[in-house]
Amino acid sequence: MAIFLTESSKVIVQGMTGSEGSKHTQRMLDSGTNVVGGVTPGKAGQSVDFTGATVAVYGSVAEAVEATGADVSVVFVPPKFTRAAVVESVDAGIPLIVVITEGVPVKDTAEFFAYAQSKGGSRIIGPNCPGLISPGKSNAGIIPADITKAGRVGLVSKSGTLTYQMMYELRDFGFSSAVGIGGDPIIGTTHIDALQAFEDDPETDAIVMIGEIGGDAEERAAAYIKEHITKPVVGYVAGFTAPEGKTMGHAGAIVSGSSGTAEGKKEALEAAGVKVGKTPSATAQLMRDLLA
Amino acid sequence: MDLMEYQAKQLFSKHGVPVSMGTVVENAEDARAAAETLGGRVVVKAQVKVGGRGKAGGVKVAEDPDDAVAKAGQILGMDIKGHTVHRVLVAPTADIAEEYYFSYLVDRAARQYLCIASTEGGVEIEVTAHENPDAIARVGIDPLVGVDDAKAREIVEATGFDAGLADEAVEVAKSLWKVFVEEDASLVEVNPLVKLTNGHLDALDGKVTLDDNADFRHTDHAAFEDRAAADPLEAEAKEKGLNYVKLDGEVGIIGNGAGLVMSTLDVVAYAGEKHGGVKPANFLDIGGGASAEVMADGLHIIVGDPQVRSVFVNVFGGITSCDAVANGIVSALRMLGDEADKPLVVRLDGNNVEEGRRILDEAGHPLVTMVDTMDGAADRAAELAAATK
Repeated sequence: MAIFLTESSKVIVQGMTGSEGSKHTQRMLDSGTNVVGGVTPGKAGQSVDFTGATVAVYGSVAEAVEATGADVSVVFVPPKFTRAAVVESVDAGIPLIVVITEGVPVKDTAEFFAYAQSKGGSRIIGPNCPGLISPGKSNAGIIPADITKAGRVGLVSKSGTLTYQMMYELRDFGFSSAVGIGGDPIIGTTHIDALQAFEDDPETDAIVMIGEIGGDAEERAAAYIKEHITKPVVGYVAGFTAPEGKTMGHAGAIVSGSSGTAEGKKEALEAAGVKVGKTPSATAQLMRDLLA
Repeated sequence: MDLMEYQAKQLFSKHGVPVSMGTVVENAEDARAAAETLGGRVVVKAQVKVGGRGKAGGVKVAEDPDDAVAKAGQILGMDIKGHTVHRVLVAPTADIAEEYYFSYLVDRAARQYLCIASTEGGVEIEVTAHENPDAIARVGIDPLVGVDDAKAREIVEATGFDAGLADEAVEVAKSLWKVFVEEDASLVEVNPLVKLTNGHLDALDGKVTLDDNADFRHTDHAAFEDRAAADPLEAEAKEKGLNYVKLDGEVGIIGNGAGLVMSTLDVVAYAGEKHGGVKPANFLDIGGGASAEVMADGLHIIVGDPQVRSVFVNVFGGITSCDAVANGIVSALRMLGDEADKPLVVRLDGNNVEEGRRILDEAGHPLVTMVDTMDGAADRAAELAAATK
């Protein structure tokens, strides 16, 4: 099963002919993803030779969907063009749109998210995220496929490198799916969405949730876990030492006054019965103890 | 980017929000001419990107031009919550009948926009929210519709503006929305929005946060940057495209990925508790690339911080491979030469880690120590910082 992304997913890459797009398309192919096409306006009819596969380029998402039956789009286009690219995928009826692009204006994200909702709700993951992987099945984005294997732990994280770190720490167990939801102020898929999907996934036994300073997504996730999640969850929150009023790398990672602090998030999660690790390795140990 | 009051007011004025601008001056003597132009009696207001200026003594009424010079002299150079005052706004005094609060912001939870407004302004909105939550109107805004006539009227009614003021308040709500949406702001706050004794509205103070990600469509926003006030190391890092935040500790940090670097700061702070209370000196995310040049730029910034006693390089090779990072470190140290004079603790994991460790081993740089785990490396870096403190 896994969540959102499975072995039957048919993936297209918007911006496949760009440098990031082509580099990561090769990596997705290498990890067994069924990449059925690329989309670059004005390059319809061309194709790109990758090691092990030749992938057709379409001029629009609609053409790609018609020709291939694609149901996942991974977006690598520059920030300026991201809103238009996502809207195009929504219009073409793509049910899962994974936006890797970093640096998208929050206004554009607010608009394409609202647009997707108004059109019946394509799921958007990101922007500014590493995407998601269901090891051994499919990989939509930039998460390295060789860190670990398929297993029964689910992972949802605001941070890319902490996703990789946690997959590495728990490499002996493996993952059903690992979802990087991104650290922007507005994101298409939240901790709560992923938690519920893992709850419903028979191939997931336990969940790791990684958060960071800024906003109140972790607090809301904590309240949701208390009410709706029966599977064990362990948590980690980054940014205890972050000063107030400074953006720490991710656009959304900022403590404003007394809100958005790591301490507040940790307390909310613990109050909901989630064990929270002090460091990534301590968090991994909590999960190991739980699965032992 | 947070704007100062006078910059926020420039944007208000540009989009038709009623506002009395005043004049910004950087030395006290210039306040005289500014006050004379405004009729003598003025308010002198510190221009810093932090709240609570009034309480800190950064806002003073001056009775005449001489007094304006004196008050400007008192405020310029003042430290307000760590921000030095480099300029003051000399503004006309306002005859205030009532004070309101008005803001637009990004509602992360609802993934749309939100208007928060109240007829009880002039105090911190958090205080009102706590003591009298019913006095605050919260109106959600659909990003695809924005604040049109109907939405502006909904906001004004929900806030409870007097009937006689409603039409003007609707226009102000629409103008402030233009500031928010056309300038790509993530926050527009007017506190207080006042009713003057002449019955008209005026944005007496303003706070605007602009979305840096939207700079590509606002080339004019670069002029708002306050280079003088920026930390010199932060300014240099920004010029080199590095994501750096100066902190107050002794252990320099370099890592890849915002989350991992935040986590590294925490782990170092915990380790520091055992080693004389040393703390992380900075946040520095070198991103996915981690080329020799980026590594050299990063190390250069960090060793340029006189407080730094040791450096912790924490990289998880996901997309980047560890051999590239190791080569980056080796050539960065070569490029920096004698400038690099602080012990370097390196933790590499992930993609091609054996080769990365072999490269560092072989280089055998006397300043470099390798530690296999993040926690262990943090401990070592804290220990080294404490030993040379």
